[in-house]
Amino acid sequence: MSYNFKEVMNRPERLAPGHRMCAGCGGTIAVRNVLRALHEGDKAVIGNATGCLEVSTFMYPYVAYQDSYIHNAFENAGATMSGVEGAYKALRRKGKLDETYKFITFGGDGGTYDIGLQSLSGAMERNHDMVYVCYDNGAYMNTGIQRSSATPMYADTTTTPVGSESNGKPQNRKDLAQVIAAHDIPYVAQTTFTRNFKDLHTKAEKAIYTPGAAFLNIMAPCPRGWRYNTPDIMEICRLGVETCYWPLFEVIEGKWVLNYTPKQKLPIEDWLVKQGRFKHLFKKENEYLIEEFQKEVDRRWEDLLKRCE
Amino acid sequence: MARRDRLSGNEAVAEALRQINPDVMPAFPITPSTEIPQYFSKFVANGQVDTEFIPVESEHSAMSAAIGAEAAGARTLSATSSCGMAYMWEELYIAASNRLPIALALVNRALSGPININCDHSDSMGARDAGWIQIYAENNQEAYDNMVQAFRIAEHKDVRLPIMVCQDGFITSHAVENITLLEDEEVKNFVGEYHPEHYMLNPQETMAIGPYSVTNYYMEAKRAQAEGLHNAKRVIKEVADEFAKISGRQYGWFEEYQMEDAEYAMVLIGSAAGTAKDAVDKLRAEGKKVGLIKIRMFRPFPAEEIAQALKNVKAVALMDRTESYNDHGGPIGAEVMAALFRAKISCEAVNYVYGLGGRDVRVEHIEEVFAELEKVAAEGTDSAYRYMGLRE
Amino acid sequence: MATDMSKINESCSWKDLTEGMQVYEGGSSAKFHTGEWTAIKPEFDAEKCTQCLLCVPVCPDSAIPVSDYKRGEFDYDHCKGCGICVNACKPGAITMKGVNK
Repeated sequence: MSYNFKEVMNRPERLAPGHRMCAGCGGTIAVRNVLRALHEGDKAVIGNATGCLEVSTFMYPYVAYQDSYIHNAFENAGATMSGVEGAYKALRRKGKLDETYKFITFGGDGGTYDIGLQSLSGAMERNHDMVYVCYDNGAYMNTGIQRSSATPMYADTTTTPVGSESNGKPQNRKDLAQVIAAHDIPYVAQTTFTRNFKDLHTKAEKAIYTPGAAFLNIMAPCPRGWRYNTPDIMEICRLGVETCYWPLFEVIEGKWVLNYTPKQKLPIEDWLVKQGRFKHLFKKENEYLIEEFQKEVDRRWEDLLKRCE
Repeated sequence: MARRDRLSGNEAVAEALRQINPDVMPAFPITPSTEIPQYFSKFVANGQVDTEFIPVESEHSAMSAAIGAEAAGARTLSATSSCGMAYMWEELYIAASNRLPIALALVNRALSGPININCDHSDSMGARDAGWIQIYAENNQEAYDNMVQAFRIAEHKDVRLPIMVCQDGFITSHAVENITLLEDEEVKNFVGEYHPEHYMLNPQETMAIGPYSVTNYYMEAKRAQAEGLHNAKRVIKEVADEFAKISGRQYGWFEEYQMEDAEYAMVLIGSAAGTAKDAVDKLRAEGKKVGLIKIRMFRPFPAEEIAQALKNVKAVALMDRTESYNDHGGPIGAEVMAALFRAKISCEAVNYVYGLGGRDVRVEHIEEVFAELEKVAAEGTDSAYRYMGLRE
Repeated sequence: MATDMSKINESCSWKDLTEGMQVYEGGSSAKFHTGEWTAIKPEFDAEKCTQCLLCVPVCPDSAIPVSDYKRGEFDYDHCKGCGICVNACKPGAITMKGVNK
């Protein structure tokens, strides 16, 4: 699977414009580039958990997807797509369908890490031939930026607001990729947007074309929730990777593989300082919070390096 | 060619499903419906059906997967009871509003709390406004016959709604009775192949399902959904008539038992009808003009016809196997009294709550209710909402 | 129920809606012009463009059409003016008011 960037960009667009996502949304950047990994001519059914993406891409009677599409509810994108895949198996077995279909469903971190975790876990454990993609923007953005278990520590959200007694979210972020990897499914990967999207594309292609269940966790920044300068999304992603906040890795048949090691690991301030949700950390008296954040990033990075040895 | 067998209600439903050979069955175990997916899994394991059985991790996921499978173009069903159905709640509404003709074999059981595994109708009655068709069985034979008819009703082009096929937990689901089964070929021909007009795995056309609806569409969409349920009434009758031709067993929206000249009547649903019929027979032998209406189709509700069937009675007992916690009666009470009012039929109506959490229903209880009706007809009452079989 | 999508609008009868609000055509969102959301849009200078296509994947609105391995003019009917493409363009072929690289 060598990556020919121009060939990939030349493929027909599978997510039509005219959806109602905010200007500069990372969610649809993730969706477009995952769907681009489908080989030309291959049919697919696309799913969504309820969230920004769903209410914006299928607002009756306008649908942005070129393929068949299903939205069911917030917490059940995994189960819903497992039913679609079950139907596919049954119809093929009964001789009612000859065509090949692929099954890809997208949920935000709220629908994936939190309310949809059971449904996702079930779908992964049963090893349906499907891809679950989490576009992780680290909060419940659709309802107005409430914290999720994917929200990083100290982030200012509307349910972990910064105040005289609060420094933002008190807890660490859940490492969902590790949780899903523990299901021993064929393919798990974590990625985000890099300059030519090679990392995301190759992982999406592996996820789609590996038989059995696959999970992709994609950091997809939200300009409103993270409060950065909207045009800077690619820089936010680059810093997420270079600071090792968001490492790029794969778990292939249980084997952990690190895809990128920064030449020089950047301090976490470089990523935090760009985002309004961490503004309070840069007050003089809060320096220790950045140190704690850095310690946690370091601990997780070291842990990942060990798993990838 | 019919064949006789001795089967529990769960076995009978599973047997119907074997004969139907649906495409997909996602299910999760819960007493007392567990046996249905168990028996069915055995059919899958032995190659007697080629259904995709999905052993999901919860009932919520069972109905979620059923929605996905049905939208994909597969004939789909699940089975559950009680809290399992409560856990599906949100999905029940979504299945109906998406116009997906999923079948649900519901074995009625009391909702928690306190936790109790025995029969009452709090589960399905709670879901009565979810947009599903609901049909109920008195005995194992009816449970089987209703299951055979279910997909024909739900998938009808004028209906396209999910259907709940209900029977009473343990009372019919686990009791073994003599029943008459149709031959496999008869069922196969009766049910037919599933050919939805639109579905997601149609190579000729894409389909998107489950949109966000702004206010300007939502109300029109709900009205359109109501039309499907309205049409279901006619279709349920048509399917029943066609079923009678192959089985010799005629079903309708409800069954009238000794109602022709009845002065005192009882309206109920489910297995208690068997006991009530014994009580009616006994009282008739004593010269009392009593009768029974057993509702088969609760959604849609045959309001006009039930009102007409009650137009000559002096008093009626409306029997609810659930509490509505509205301090004045249960769902059958509300439906029938509304039907009588709209039909401008005036009779005394007493709403009884009975049989909760598997509480026994005995012939003597029913006799007492009829005796109370006579008293109410003669003297009136200021307590038209009562319990039957309760220790005071 | 109707299956003619063209009849559906916010003042049509309930009888004209598709059954279960299903939609039987892909990509119909393109009929909705999100380009009206903003007057500030990126500008494309074909002269400076090297056709590296690095602006294409970063667009959240699929508003940079590609054909025959080359990008064309912006789809202003749908571009929301987020400015991400300005930063992605190294040769400086894309500029937008308020976005300084």
